[in-house]
Amino acid sequence: MKYFDPQIETASRETLCGIQSERLASIVKRCYDHVPFYRRKFDEAGLLPGDVKSIDDITKLPFTVKQDLRDNYPFGLFAVPREDIVRIHASSGTTGKQTVVGYTENDVEIWSRSAARAIVAAGGTKADRIHIAYGYGLFTGGLGLHYGAEKLGAAAIPVSSGNTMRQIQLLEDFEPDILCCTPSYALTIGEAMRGAGVDAKKLRLRAGIFGAEPWTEAMRAEIESVLDIKAYDIYGLSEIAGPGVSFDCCMQNGMHVCEDYFYPEIVDPDTLEPVPDGTFGELVFTCIGKEALPLIRYRTRDISCLTHETCECGRTLVKMMKPKGRSDDMLIIRGVNVFPSQVEHVILTLGLEPNYQIVVDRAKNLDVMTVCVEMSDAVFSDAVREVERREKEIASAMQSVLGVSAKVRLVEPRSLPRSEGKAVRVVDNRKI
Amino acid sequence: MTIKQISIFVENRAGRLADITGLLAESKIDIRALSIADTTDYGILRLIVNDPDQAVDVLRQSGMTVSATEVLGIKVEDIPGGFAKAIRTLSDKDISVEYAYAFITPDVGKAYVIVRVENNASAADALKTAGITIISQEEIFNSK
Repeated sequence: MKYFDPQIETASRETLCGIQSERLASIVKRCYDHVPFYRRKFDEAGLLPGDVKSIDDITKLPFTVKQDLRDNYPFGLFAVPREDIVRIHASSGTTGKQTVVGYTENDVEIWSRSAARAIVAAGGTKADRIHIAYGYGLFTGGLGLHYGAEKLGAAAIPVSSGNTMRQIQLLEDFEPDILCCTPSYALTIGEAMRGAGVDAKKLRLRAGIFGAEPWTEAMRAEIESVLDIKAYDIYGLSEIAGPGVSFDCCMQNGMHVCEDYFYPEIVDPDTLEPVPDGTFGELVFTCIGKEALPLIRYRTRDISCLTHETCECGRTLVKMMKPKGRSDDMLIIRGVNVFPSQVEHVILTLGLEPNYQIVVDRAKNLDVMTVCVEMSDAVFSDAVREVERREKEIASAMQSVLGVSAKVRLVEPRSLPRSEGKAVRVVDNRKI
Repeated sequence: MTIKQISIFVENRAGRLADITGLLAESKIDIRALSIADTTDYGILRLIVNDPDQAVDVLRQSGMTVSATEVLGIKVEDIPGGFAKAIRTLSDKDISVEYAYAFITPDVGKAYVIVRVENNASAADALKTAGITIISQEEIFNSK
């Protein structure tokens, strides 16, 4: 099996454009009719649904940003009645509130198909067992690949993340063919295997599908060597669907976008004007295939570029390069989106000094986030036990707001950079 | 009859201790006793000085985090079991000691111990009843 949806994945540009034009017109009408936020935006732009007839008209449409989801928290941008929603996921937002997304039955179907295409592009077949070590829950990683595996007819093994020794035992005993998790966790598993004397060459595993965080070609080579597999990248974000929005094929040199469902554009992040193929800019998606949350020109803040050149794998779907950065200050820590503003929110809520610094390192292939907080009278005590108790309080408040653990380091007052213009809030020591 | 101890937050960086003690020296502040509680990332320097209020001012002005805490100073026999007697007295009364540190004095045959407890008054009562001398700030400096 070479393609999961051959008629789409190898379709001519003309056919794809036809599908895209028809779907774009349909979601624009749906948004206009059912989402007051979009109706207002269209009215402001003097647009009527009938003005959008072909995919080329997409540039007439207004952009959507993460803040719009927050302003309409939790369900204000949903375009279908409550009874049509069959699934809700959420990811961290820029402040306390989560970014909430919903799916109809058909949305789950197209997301599952997207993930199934990704699995097939990584060499997966219905005879395979797929070990899913992404987290299951509000995060889209686990369930996204899970539904993709089942859609393909493969056997999904929903291990979820954590407990590395158990992961290794299941990799040995259940003999999965494909591993899905974050690339950093793949390396952790690989190294733990080495430590436990498990020979990767003896495992049945032959491929891995890794995403949810940025990773380099060097990391790909390391994972391929330590686990003795082929490592494939997968891209996605919950606002658009989840993992499977785009995926590596056997060429491993760019990710094919499921552009029949998620129409990609690259724009200049400052002017918001479209840029030509091959030029890096901000990646923007329009969810032309979706019903519940058909976001229009959603700014992902990921910096990438597109290429429409024909791929040797035979797919005609446009390819996007691995995102090489962000146009905002979002950090991805162990697959979880973290904004410095969330850290600031916790610090201010706890009445701490407003000067802080986030330091990110990658230790043993795992991201470690340390939040440096200036010592103040509110935190200080002559007894270590008391200081440690307050430190733990701060760390647990961080964990509950960020959804990922952070080390707290107390530093001397006035030792962190001051906000002269722009304070250096983030020091990212990861080489990615 | 408590003693005012000052505590300073010290990040584990080369030269910090020298900076802090240097500042005190410049202000002619005399350190009588000290202890450092250390963790991986920072330490808490605790000092008994001749002029705690001035010490706090000087350090605060230099941007340091400082606090003043009332602690107990006791005088014990400088013989085996001298300190044990004092600690046993507190333990028998269920008074727990957060930390303690000792220093010797020219007072021959005696050792001074700083003890940090939750409730100074009840600890002082217990110690006095057991015949242990509680010392004052002045005594520490006059004994030089």
